[in-house]
Amino acid sequence: MTTLTHPALDKPYTYPDFDKPLPPREGDRVIQFREALREAMSEEMRRDERVFLMGEEVANYNGAYKVSQGMLDEFGDKRIIDTPISENGFAGMGIAAAMGGLRPIVEFMSWSFSLVAADQILNNAPKMLYMSGAQWGCPIVFRGNNGAGGQLGSTHSWCVEGLYANVPGVKIVIPSNPYDAKGLLKTAILDPDPVFFLESERMLGDKAHVPEEEYYIPFGKARLAREGSDVTLVSFGRPVHFCVEAAEKLAGDEGIEADVLDMRTIRPLDIDAIVESVKKTNRIVVVDQCWPFASIASEVCTQVMERAFDWLDAAPVRVNTADVPTPYAKGLEAAYLPNTERIAAAVTKLAGAR
Amino acid sequence: MPRKTVYTAEIDFLQILDEEGRFDESEGLENGQPILSDEQVAYLYEQMSICRHLDEVAFKLQRSGRMGTYPQNKGQEANAVGSALAMKKGEDWLVSAYRENAALFMHGLPMHNVLVYWMGDERGSKVPDDVLVTPLSVPIGTHMIHAAGIAWGMKLRGDRDRAVITYFGDGATSEGDFHSAMNFSSTLKVPLVVFCQNNQWAISVPREEQMASETVAQKAIAYGMPTIQVDGNDIFAVYKATKEARERAVAGDGPTFIEGVTYRLADHTTADDARRYRSPEEVQAWLDKDPLIRTRKYMVARGFWDDEKQTELEARTKRIVKEVVAAAEGIEKPSTTDFFDHMYAELPEELKRQRDTMRTSSLGQDPSQVGLRAEGQRV
Ligand SMILES: Cc1ncc(C[n+]2csc(CCOP(=O)(O)OP(=O)(O)O)c2C)c(N)n1
Ligand SMILES: [Mg+2]
Repeated sequence: MTTLTHPALDKPYTYPDFDKPLPPREGDRVIQFREALREAMSEEMRRDERVFLMGEEVANYNGAYKVSQGMLDEFGDKRIIDTPISENGFAGMGIAAAMGGLRPIVEFMSWSFSLVAADQILNNAPKMLYMSGAQWGCPIVFRGNNGAGGQLGSTHSWCVEGLYANVPGVKIVIPSNPYDAKGLLKTAILDPDPVFFLESERMLGDKAHVPEEEYYIPFGKARLAREGSDVTLVSFGRPVHFCVEAAEKLAGDEGIEADVLDMRTIRPLDIDAIVESVKKTNRIVVVDQCWPFASIASEVCTQVMERAFDWLDAAPVRVNTADVPTPYAKGLEAAYLPNTERIAAAVTKLAGAR
Repeated sequence: MPRKTVYTAEIDFLQILDEEGRFDESEGLENGQPILSDEQVAYLYEQMSICRHLDEVAFKLQRSGRMGTYPQNKGQEANAVGSALAMKKGEDWLVSAYRENAALFMHGLPMHNVLVYWMGDERGSKVPDDVLVTPLSVPIGTHMIHAAGIAWGMKLRGDRDRAVITYFGDGATSEGDFHSAMNFSSTLKVPLVVFCQNNQWAISVPREEQMASETVAQKAIAYGMPTIQVDGNDIFAVYKATKEARERAVAGDGPTFIEGVTYRLADHTTADDARRYRSPEEVQAWLDKDPLIRTRKYMVARGFWDDEKQTELEARTKRIVKEVVAAAEGIEKPSTTDFFDHMYAELPEELKRQRDTMRTSSLGQDPSQVGLRAEGQRV
């Protein structure tokens, strides 16, 4: 068990017992992704009165995407707070609250709108501890929809992980399923540092078993979503599902068996799990819903080459979105995003490479 | 005297045509004639009617899956048409948000552009060269600064008789960009009309929760900008205030703020259900103030409108909108490689490679894939 002191903490802080085994993923308590998020926030709010939620439409409207449905009724308007349309404003207010010892959760209706709050979230939150000589901390969670939500146009379809992961001081979480969403968001709320929590509008309605009990998923621990020995598929967030689909298809059509790693968090990145898998498969494809240039896929490939170069039988391959703004038209948007077909094609080609 | 008043301010509210169709002659006449001629009123009424019908049709298209999320203009048409008439077509720029369709049409935007855009296609933002409107960006408020910049350009170039109008909502005034636009345009004294469509709501957030100021108009006072509040459902008041603002702008006297008080009669967008957060009584009260109803009352009272003309207009409106829908839906489907077309002045090698390997694998990061070009499919 790790205990640490931190300027944002009034007493020494003990991480949850991450060694405790997680509850089973299988079960019949099937709820939506958005409900899993709500459950995580509500549990933490019941436990700790310093936790509150703030953002556009989160209270009276019950959340623009119904993530916070019912929370105003339970927690009242002191803790579920509607804001004016001023992202820079409420991001900064949240940071001040975090510096003052509270535990804000700030919802961006879309991470696309976090761009107008760039200074607060990139230039203030992640540097507070560093710049104050560790006098001030910033235990805050920023969360909201990330990625192409389905025909929302280029200015409203940002995948921010590639851009924001470049900034030291942030932690970036990107769950692919309801079970992980709950466990990771609970960890994010407890975490003493700023956490960017990236959800997907397209997955909020996804359903899966989510245990009723409280559990915390540690950051920096990938999940092996599928096991195979021929190739390593690495992904995070929504494209994990395409990887699993592609892997099933490849197993059926080509007899290629893939390890699929769901990274869960990008910062910290579980490079050990990737390297371990690569040592088994000797081939890697990284699937990333951001643009290719200086992307997380690039980072993963680089680290693999640094740490497991001799284990590789072929150059690593990235599958990213096309290097253009997200198209608005339905068919174009689909062609632009990583999809099962392109992932399978990349793997097939790599499997044939020597 | 240790303490004295250093500044006081007042804000005018202007209404000429009230909801009963009554006309205030003290403000509404010029040389004994209404400031808008009967022909002009009929024209604005027609524009509002077309816009209203387009809204209804767009809503149905969205519901039947033929259209993406769409923000209706319903109830706010007078703000759009009254101000657009006061601006000079082909000379002035319109830097708008998304509830000014009628203004854009009056300044030459082909109606199907709006549908193509909301159907989810960038080509909807590609407008004829002589139409002076800017493309939409989803993040609220970022466009107002562009309006200040365009107007500054006009001033620096010494353009004569030209100005810019920018539109935005009450909620948008909370964004920092609004304040940048206000500060730049007033300190630089640019020819700009800053037009706030105060429709009382920003999605589910009422104006009183968005801001503590009693009016939106008073925000301009802090920037030293002349400001006025008008009945935004009254084409005469909107026209008059915008005309005066434009006169000030082209005379070199800088920007003017107009708060057009109106109401969003429809949901925020097709993704919203406003019944969840506002009362039917509130909506009904505003339905009674509908700009179309009062304009029609005025026209009937003036004796140049009757049921026959109304029926004829409705038939024409239907025909126009039907044609517009057909034009929008008839646009050639894009191909999967189209999105590389407008990236840079010249397409870099890297992107050519991506385009040529599109649909094969990892988008050309592996140079050996070049040559595997799969022609873009129509999607
Ligand atoms: C930067 C940003 N934040 C949030 C949103 C989501 N959003 C879209 S419209 C809207 C309300 C805008 O209200 P207002 O400015 O009053 O315009 P109205 O819709 O009432 O015409 C919000 C919050 C956005 N598009 N951009
Ligand atoms: Mg509004």
